[in-house]
Amino acid sequence: MKSLGSIRRSFAPWADPNSVPFIAVKNVTKKFGDFVAVDDLSLNIYPREFFALLGASGCGKSTLLRMLAGFEQPTSGEIILDGQSLAGIPPYKRPVNMMFQSYALFPHMTVENNIAFGLKQDGMPKADIAARVEQMLKLVKLDKFAKRKPHQLSGGQRQRVALARSLAKRPKVLLLDEPLGALDKKLREETQFELMDLQQELGLTFVVVTHDQEEAMTMADRIAVMAHGKVVQVATPPEIYEAPNSRFVADFIGDVNIFDGTVSSAGNGTVEIATQTGFTVRVASTEPPAVGAKAGFAVRPEKIRVGRDRPACAPLNAAQGEIWDIGYLGDMTVFHIKLKDGKVVKASSLNAVRAVEDPLGYDQEVWISFDENAGVVLKD
Amino acid sequence: MAKFGSALFNRLVIVIPYAWLLFFFLIPFFIVIRISLSETAVAMPPYLPVFDLASGFGGFIDNIKQFSIDNYIWLTEDALYTKAYASSLWIAGVSTFLTLLIAYPVAYGMAQAPSTIRPTLLMLVILPFWTSFLIRVYAWIAILKPEGLLNQLLLTLGVIDQPLIILNTNWAIYIGIVYSYLPFMVLPIYSSLEKMDHSLTEAAQDLGCTPIRAFWRVTFPLSLPGVVAGCMLVFIPAVGEFVIPDLLGGSETLMIGKTLWNEFNANRDWPVSAAVATILLLILVVPIMFFQHAQSKADAEGR
Repeated sequence: MKSLGSIRRSFAPWADPNSVPFIAVKNVTKKFGDFVAVDDLSLNIYPREFFALLGASGCGKSTLLRMLAGFEQPTSGEIILDGQSLAGIPPYKRPVNMMFQSYALFPHMTVENNIAFGLKQDGMPKADIAARVEQMLKLVKLDKFAKRKPHQLSGGQRQRVALARSLAKRPKVLLLDEPLGALDKKLREETQFELMDLQQELGLTFVVVTHDQEEAMTMADRIAVMAHGKVVQVATPPEIYEAPNSRFVADFIGDVNIFDGTVSSAGNGTVEIATQTGFTVRVASTEPPAVGAKAGFAVRPEKIRVGRDRPACAPLNAAQGEIWDIGYLGDMTVFHIKLKDGKVVKASSLNAVRAVEDPLGYDQEVWISFDENAGVVLKD
Repeated sequence: MAKFGSALFNRLVIVIPYAWLLFFFLIPFFIVIRISLSETAVAMPPYLPVFDLASGFGGFIDNIKQFSIDNYIWLTEDALYTKAYASSLWIAGVSTFLTLLIAYPVAYGMAQAPSTIRPTLLMLVILPFWTSFLIRVYAWIAILKPEGLLNQLLLTLGVIDQPLIILNTNWAIYIGIVYSYLPFMVLPIYSSLEKMDHSLTEAAQDLGCTPIRAFWRVTFPLSLPGVVAGCMLVFIPAVGEFVIPDLLGGSETLMIGKTLWNEFNANRDWPVSAAVATILLLILVVPIMFFQHAQSKADAEGR
C-alpha cells in the first residue's frame, strides 16, 4: 500500500481546473412538505475521491446520500454521475451501491447469499458469482463465515458483510451511511484505516455520510461540512481544521476558543483585533476585514501556550488567568484557564515526556500566549 | 425466609398454568377419549360402562375390559365421516387461502401506512369483534340470499339479470369464514411486516431488484412467520367450524362440526361423537405441531 500512499499525497483533482467531476450535484433542492432538507446545494466529487458529508443530524447529509442512491428524487436541480444525468433513474438501475447504517443484511440469507444477492439480480453466471463472493469474503476477511446467518455474527463482522455486499457489484460509487456508527471506539478506529486502504486498493469513489468529525478527518480526501441543507465549507481535513471559513465550521470541527472583538488595524498581511476580553491579538491574514469591523478570532487549544512567565510578545497575543480545571488524558493534558474577565479558555499541551518537574496545578496564575499564525480571523 | 418465600412463589407461578391445562384441557380430553371407547346406551349418561366407586378395584378392571375401539372402526366403515373430514379440510384450506389473499395486501397496506394512522387502521380491523359473531353471520344471510342486498345491487347495476344463488352453497361458507377470520390473518402478518426494517427493501433495490422482485425475495420470505401463524389461526378453527356451515351452508354441505353436532344432539350417540372429536383433534395436532416448529425456528433466528 506504500506506493499507493504516495500517489494519494499528490491526489488533488479538485485543485485542477481541467479535471472533470465524477459526480456533479447541481443546485439540488429537496423539500419534504414545507421542510427544506437540502437547499440549492452544489458539489463536485472527483473520481477515486474519498468524500465525506459531515454535519449534525438533520442537516440534510443523509437526504443527499439517498438522492445519490435514488431513494429520493430532488425537488429541483440535477445530479450527474459520470456524465449521465441520474434524473428518473430508479435505484435498481444506478451504478452505485450503498452501505446502510443499519447494514440491512437480509436475516434469512447466509453471509454468502447476502453478498451474492446483487450479482444474482444481474444474472451473472453461477461460477462467476461463486468466484466473486469468495473474493469479497477474502477482501473483508470473513472466509470462514460464509455459511453463517447475520444473527450469528458480531457487530464488526456484520459491518464487513454489509461492506462486501455493497462492493460485490463493483459499483462506480460506493455510498456509506454512517458506516462505522454501530461499532465501538477501538474497532471503529481500526476499520477507518481498513476502509481507506480498501478504497485505494479498489480505486473506487466513496461518499460517506457521518456525524463523527474524527471519522471524516481520518478517512476523507475532502469534507463537506453541512448545516441546514447547505454546504458551509468543502475542503481537505487540514484546511477545514486550520482555516475554517466560518464560525460554524470552526466551532463544529474540534475544540476552539473564539474571541470576539473589533478590528483595530490592518495591513502588511496582519490584522489586529481588540477583543472584548481586553487584550489585542495580531493575526496573519491575507484578506483582512476593514478597520472598525466586527470580527472573531479563533484559535485551537493545542496552539495556545500556557506558562508561568510573562511571554515576550505580551501584551499582544497574551493574557493572564488562573488554572480552573485540569484534564489529564494521557497523551495530552487539557487546561481550562479562567481569564480576568471570567472567559474560560481551553488550552492543551502534549505530554511529550513522562515526568514534568513542578507541573502546573489548580488555581495557579498563568499566562496564555500564541503565535501570529496560530489562529484565524472569522469575519461573520 | 424470604428466599424460601420467593422459591415457593416461583413454583406457584409455574404450577398455575400447568394446573389450568390439566383441569381444563387434559382431564376433559381424557374424558372424551374415555367416552369414545365406550358404547352407546339408553341411559343417563347415555353410554356404558359407567365407573362406580362402589364396585371397587375389581369393578374398575371389569369396566376397562369393556372398552373397545368399535366406534373408531365404525368411523372408517361409514364413508360419511371420511367425506366429512375431507370436505372440512378442503373448505378450511380453500378459506384459509382466500383469507391469505385478502389479508396480506391489507396487512401490507397497514404496515406501509404513516405510523400516525396505524393505530386507527388496527382499530378498524378489530372493530367487527365488538358485534356478536352470530349477528354478523346472520347479516350475511341477509346479504347473500337470492332477494338479498348483494343480488339487488347487482341486478340494479345490470351486472346480472338472474339472482345469483350463493346462500346455502360452499361459496357462502367461504365468504363467511373469510369474513369472520380475516382479523386473525391480518394481525400476525401485520405484526411481522410492521417490525421489518424498511432499509431491507431499499437494500434489495439498491442491489438491483425491481420493487416487485424485492418484495418476493426479501419482504415476503421475512413475513412468512406471520403468514404461517395467520394460516394456522384461521385453518384450525375453520376445520371444526359449526356455526358458519350450519347457517350459510346448504344441506348437502358436509363439515365435521355439523356431523359432530348431529351425532351428539340428534342421535344422542356420545361415544361416536367423542370418537369424531378425537380424530378431529389428531388431524389438527399435525398442523399445530408444524406451526410450533415454525415458531420456535423463527424465535431461534431472533425475528
